[in-house]
Amino acid sequence: MEFFAWCMIAAGFGMAIGSFGTGLGQGLAIKSAVEGVARNPGASGKILTTMMIGLAMIESLAIYVFVVAMIILFANPFTEQVLQLAAK
Amino acid sequence: MTHPFLILKWLEEQLHMHIGEHVTYTWFVMLVLIALAFAASRAVKEVPSGLQNFMEVVVTGVENLIEETMGPKGKTYFPLIATFALFILVSNLIALVPGFYPPTANLNTNGALALTVFIMTHVVGIKEHGIGYIKHFMGPILVLAPLMIIIEFIGHLARPLSLSLRLFGNMYGHEIVLMIFFALVPFLLPVPMMLMGVLVACIQTFVFTLLAMIYIAGAIEEAH
Repeated sequence: MEFFAWCMIAAGFGMAIGSFGTGLGQGLAIKSAVEGVARNPGASGKILTTMMIGLAMIESLAIYVFVVAMIILFANPFTEQVLQLAAK
Repeated sequence: MTHPFLILKWLEEQLHMHIGEHVTYTWFVMLVLIALAFAASRAVKEVPSGLQNFMEVVVTGVENLIEETMGPKGKTYFPLIATFALFILVSNLIALVPGFYPPTANLNTNGALALTVFIMTHVVGIKEHGIGYIKHFMGPILVLAPLMIIIEFIGHLARPLSLSLRLFGNMYGHEIVLMIFFALVPFLLPVPMMLMGVLVACIQTFVFTLLAMIYIAGAIEEAH
């Protein structure tokens, strides 16, 4: 049972730390993009397109963490072994 | 998830086989797109109206995007890129219809799409440069070439992984969040999440298409 408790803790903390870093990164990216648009409104299209690509790249980091958390929670490869050990 | 296509259940029982949900809906999306193209191109007029007008706007938009991302040589790959864009967009937006399951919320569909991009990239590179395509992998200095080839190879292998996982994680995460919200409060609370889902669907379509374009354009251009 301790194993499953640690799984929950790992998934939660992993998601928290991953979201923290991703949030910081996206904030910095949007800050720079908005400054660029404020300086040169004519180039807003290209700047915002590049910003979108960058944001998606940063976002995918958090999503990798999410996928790993989902694997830990719902599709853990070690569940059967742990249950067999616990039954002994 | 519910299955709106009841005939498929019967078909599965008759054939003694299991048809995955994502396969069903992939076929459904394909049929929708074929029907749209067929209906829009029946009576082509000089001054378009109605459905033909709408489809012309969509196709012209994708065309302009390709032109400004890939340059004049990108016109050749317009069918591939536009198919990606339309297919992924319809697949993502189908998630908002109750009872429908987005095919892109399954890793297998996205794996197939990303693998297509990966293979196409190298086919285009070899077609454009012949044996000189290896210069793309060798880096700037000839002495470092053995090291650079390994690094570039791993980098190229990571591309389909990141492409497929990004789309899958976004769509599947959206599904999971919606399910959790519906389980908590099935009234009005999921609506803002569904609105966010529209945004996510459009952005992920844009990103996938743009990255496919950038990869193919990178294979077209000269090594530097």
